[in-house]
Amino acid sequence: MPLLKRKRGETAHGDDAELVAKLREGDEAAFAELIDRYGATMVRVAQMYVRDRGTAEEVVQETWLAVLNGIDRFEGRSSLKTWLFRILTNRAKTRGERDGRTVPFSSLAGTEEKDEPSVDPDRFLGPDSTQPGAWAAPPRAWPQDEVLERETLGVIEMAIEQLPEAQREVIRLRDVEGWSPMEVANALEITDGNQRVLLHRARSKVRAAIEAYIDPEIAGERR
Amino acid sequence: MSIFTREMACQELVELVTAYFEGSLSWSDRRRFRAHIRGCEHCTAYLEQMRLVVEATGRLTGEDIDPTARDELLEAFRGWREGRPEAD
Repeated sequence: MPLLKRKRGETAHGDDAELVAKLREGDEAAFAELIDRYGATMVRVAQMYVRDRGTAEEVVQETWLAVLNGIDRFEGRSSLKTWLFRILTNRAKTRGERDGRTVPFSSLAGTEEKDEPSVDPDRFLGPDSTQPGAWAAPPRAWPQDEVLERETLGVIEMAIEQLPEAQREVIRLRDVEGWSPMEVANALEITDGNQRVLLHRARSKVRAAIEAYIDPEIAGERR
Repeated sequence: MSIFTREMACQELVELVTAYFEGSLSWSDRRRFRAHIRGCEHCTAYLEQMRLVVEATGRLTGEDIDPTARDELLEAFRGWREGRPEAD
């Protein structure tokens, strides 16, 4: 069990030095805390680069061994988490390239970027109107309680599940696990701008899914 | 709003919400964004929706590590510890 109850993946700047010291002493509880905190996320991140879950788990194992074998050289210039995920991504990438897997981020520079409006264009007035780009079918103020209730969270979970791989991973890291933009950019080896574009598309789709659930008549007004 | 800056349309604003939240808009876009929000109740509602999206998504919980994988890692840890002269 984790020594401290905290949201998985949340940065714990303060306890890096302590955890590292304990790992150097061979403290199993400290290691258990780390794998509880990052283990599931690591498998998911690795899986984006390699061909299957089994391979991802192998890469995660190798990463932990590399971390343990390098722990005496860890100087704390970056956070433990950043270091950990940098090793993981490097290994997963190398492994994926060897196996001929295309990474989900390779399409980032492609045309797909412009073809994904955040809101259905039919919800806005067209170029011939007096106010081009103004709302034609405007959004409604949501009752906060309804958005935060369990059923809606289920809708969000399903919407995230259906996102393209890169968007899905970015919204999980940023919004579910609370990582900073820089941590995500570092771990996935993408630019800050790229992680923001992916996050924005992901959030916009989640918003649309909630709207379709809470306000079906508004969301469905377009044709 | 100054006559030298183009007004922001609602359709443009919805593309900039995440950049606005992250403080990565240029100074002039940020100004246009805020000026638009002040005068547009629909975009104010939209912005609030996006805020709620972030808050609600933050209530989801991450998955737990697979128990078998966890046991294997702990075993690997013990193996590493044994091979380590400083450990005892």
